[in-house]
Amino acid sequence: MSANKDLKWIGTSPVRPDGADKVTGRAAFGADRHLPGMLYAKILRSPFAHANIKSIDLSAAEKAPGVLAVMTSADLADLPSEMGAAGESQIDFRDLSQNILAVHKVLYHGHPVAAVAATSAKLAEEALQRIKVEYEELPVVLEIEDAMADDAPILHEDQFTPGGSTDKPSNIAEVKKLPRGDIEKGFAEADVVVEREFTTPTVHQGYIEPHAVVASMSASGHADVWCCTQGAFGIRAMTAKVLGMEVGKIKVTPSEIGGGFGGKTTPYIEPIAVKLAEKSGRPVKIVMSREEVFRATGPTSASIIKIKLGATNDGKLVAAEGTLKYGAGAYKGSPMSPGCMCVFASYEIPNFLIHGFDVVLNKPKVAAYRAPGAPMAAFAMESVMNEMASKLNMDPIDFRLANAVKEGSVAAYGPKFPVIGFVESLEAAKAHPHYSATLGKNQGRGVAAGFWFNGGMQSSATINVNEDGSVTVITGSPDVGGSRASMALYVAEELGISYDLITPLVSNTEEVAYCDVTGGSRTTFATGLAVINASRNLVAEMKKRAAASWDIDVSEVSWENGQAIASAGADKPPMPMTKIAAKASRTGGPLSGHSSLRPRGVGAGFGLHICDVEIDPETGKTDVIRYTAVQDAGKAIHPAYVEGQLQGGAAQGIGWALNEEYVYNDKGVLENFGFLDYRMPVANDLPMIDTVIVEVPNPAHPYGVRGVGETPIVPPLAAVAAAVNNAAGVRICDLPISPPRLLAAIDAK
Amino acid sequence: MSKSHVTTTVNGDAVEYLCEPDQSLLDVLRDTLELTGTKEGCATGDCGACSVSLDGRLVCSCLVLAVEAEGKQVETIEGIADGSELHPIQQKFLENAALQCGVCTPGFIVATKALLKKNPDPTEEEARYYLAGNLCRCTGYDKIIRAVLDAAAAMRGARS
Repeated sequence: MSANKDLKWIGTSPVRPDGADKVTGRAAFGADRHLPGMLYAKILRSPFAHANIKSIDLSAAEKAPGVLAVMTSADLADLPSEMGAAGESQIDFRDLSQNILAVHKVLYHGHPVAAVAATSAKLAEEALQRIKVEYEELPVVLEIEDAMADDAPILHEDQFTPGGSTDKPSNIAEVKKLPRGDIEKGFAEADVVVEREFTTPTVHQGYIEPHAVVASMSASGHADVWCCTQGAFGIRAMTAKVLGMEVGKIKVTPSEIGGGFGGKTTPYIEPIAVKLAEKSGRPVKIVMSREEVFRATGPTSASIIKIKLGATNDGKLVAAEGTLKYGAGAYKGSPMSPGCMCVFASYEIPNFLIHGFDVVLNKPKVAAYRAPGAPMAAFAMESVMNEMASKLNMDPIDFRLANAVKEGSVAAYGPKFPVIGFVESLEAAKAHPHYSATLGKNQGRGVAAGFWFNGGMQSSATINVNEDGSVTVITGSPDVGGSRASMALYVAEELGISYDLITPLVSNTEEVAYCDVTGGSRTTFATGLAVINASRNLVAEMKKRAAASWDIDVSEVSWENGQAIASAGADKPPMPMTKIAAKASRTGGPLSGHSSLRPRGVGAGFGLHICDVEIDPETGKTDVIRYTAVQDAGKAIHPAYVEGQLQGGAAQGIGWALNEEYVYNDKGVLENFGFLDYRMPVANDLPMIDTVIVEVPNPAHPYGVRGVGETPIVPPLAAVAAAVNNAAGVRICDLPISPPRLLAAIDAK
Repeated sequence: MSKSHVTTTVNGDAVEYLCEPDQSLLDVLRDTLELTGTKEGCATGDCGACSVSLDGRLVCSCLVLAVEAEGKQVETIEGIADGSELHPIQQKFLENAALQCGVCTPGFIVATKALLKKNPDPTEEEARYYLAGNLCRCTGYDKIIRAVLDAAAAMRGARS
């Protein structure tokens, strides 16, 4: 289905350039850096989920053995409330700062209060015990509906609901309304109406590598930060803000990163490490424990989503209403807004009304998690789509085909879709043998679609040519899933040289031009575009050099297969890149190409997943026995890593559907803070995950690329739920579908 | 508390170190011996990122005290390749694109080596159950399991 017929490198799946280091243990991740004289810092965390801080006494800790520096929020800049960029989303810098170290009040169990740097981790831990904090406990609010109630305990006395009361503070930080047409008229036209409410729990990204940082500070006041992050430039900007430092005085080097999924886009420990390094004059290392990761880094929101859908007997959607409530954790900023924009984005619906609520409560501040807000919205909408299809006696894929958005459709969130591949993905799913395979006893099948906008944002790339004609390509996009391979494939294709001659690098904030986060499924698209443009700039320069040596006009030179070719009349043999590189010192100096850009024309991602489960009616256990993920990638640059994104997103979604949830006690203390009880899928929980890569090229990208990373986590929640419902003859609207919940549903039949 | 002196063998090298009595083998490997290829994902034995072989037995090094390595043979990810030549398991992980972020990869490779020593011809199900103690959040395990079965076949081929 590709429009690119004559590609040599793009669309192949070679071994990644950084692969050997990653299978031998040589690759350096966040916690793998050691510096001479390095101190270890530990963080004192709140034992209460909601309390006023009356006083903090650091004096005994300061005098403890091995302690060289101690800090609290008093050491951070005093910031006004001000919104700014944080990864793909926006954050209030004051909230960011207070989430790093609490000011006056703690808002969740595990909220950082103070930090200590000592000569060993053990001594730092012991010194923490000597810090005396006097708290005044406050009532705790953990559930969205409770936090929205009139008499709810209030987290922030200065937070008011926009458009609501101006003198009564509220936990509802933001409301959103997206209307189209006339829903009363629309529902009046409907022959069938389905209305259901769905809930999803708080879940964590679950990256295997805990957050880690090593920071040092020169005597001239320059900070050097090494950390595992999806975006070094964002960490630099936010660290500068929180510490009141100049951006130019902070260098952030992204280590190899052991997973992020959105969760490693904002700082937690980086500013603390820099400040403790400044105070002590020594390098400082902080590595979070798994417990700290679970308790106090961003999970994603719990949600309550109600969908009302109206359709005519011939299968056309005529009206929809959605109420989406997302828990933000301690500070505003749940993914309510993208959730609202996504919820009806896959379908043409003439009349709808979407209502969104962003609600603070006494849990950790949420962070981005793969397609933030969309999986919950799709769980609700796609579940109702499946029920509606069944009420209309229609095949669920046919029902979606009858209402699917296509080129020219106006998206629920505003713009008109350019060329998209939703219909093609639905058709590919329908044609897949999985969809028509027979099912056995206690088995069921479900489908669900998924949509994600995908991101563009800012990227930069520089290509430097070595004297032997090999090249390095430098970007600032941390490689979370094999993007170095994609960058090298682009360069190989554009320059017409072998993939093996290309060394792709991810550099620090001082050695490459600005790059936004690896997030928003944007790296292969946007950083890829920068790499393509840098390659083309380099080719233009090499053509000039060849033209000059041949003494002909550059317009008479073309570039093919890694060689400059003179026009037929010039009668010159082709000049290979190796020769141009070798002669560069005599033809004008070093050869390089650069590009910095903020691309337009991001290609939206659509997919459909098919899930088969087998349930055990005795125990309520659900096993996923067959799974197929179909998605439009536009063009797969490195197909094996595109498949990997589809498979990995599906696996995370299956975990969300069946097992994963934060379990709190009534004091707001997380009870399952380890991988044993926070049950992510393990190898024997899953089958092989089949993938179908549909390629409907994005017209705004030279090779047709769309982002692929996030869409795959959107469909699984509803696909798994539908499969369980069909296998057990039940209708489950609350996740996770744990064995007790399924058993209760079976018993209630 | 005074430190304990330990004499052991790590990846074939005779090694001596001093450690705290309550220090884990993982901490000593990473912080004292600077063998940082072994990763810490949880420190509670739930994720397998710190898998090493201790006298031929697969263990989570976070659950082993450093003093327990006395007189034993420790093999870590750094000891799997033969000099600059990758082990077939490492090669198959690369060829199958079985890693995305790569932080769980050292643990998976060490565990796979232990699996294939016990069972050179595992079924898919046997491989999945044996590796259930190694968490991966990126891949959905599909390509990892394919790499394991592929490596098993290559190693059987090389042996026969």
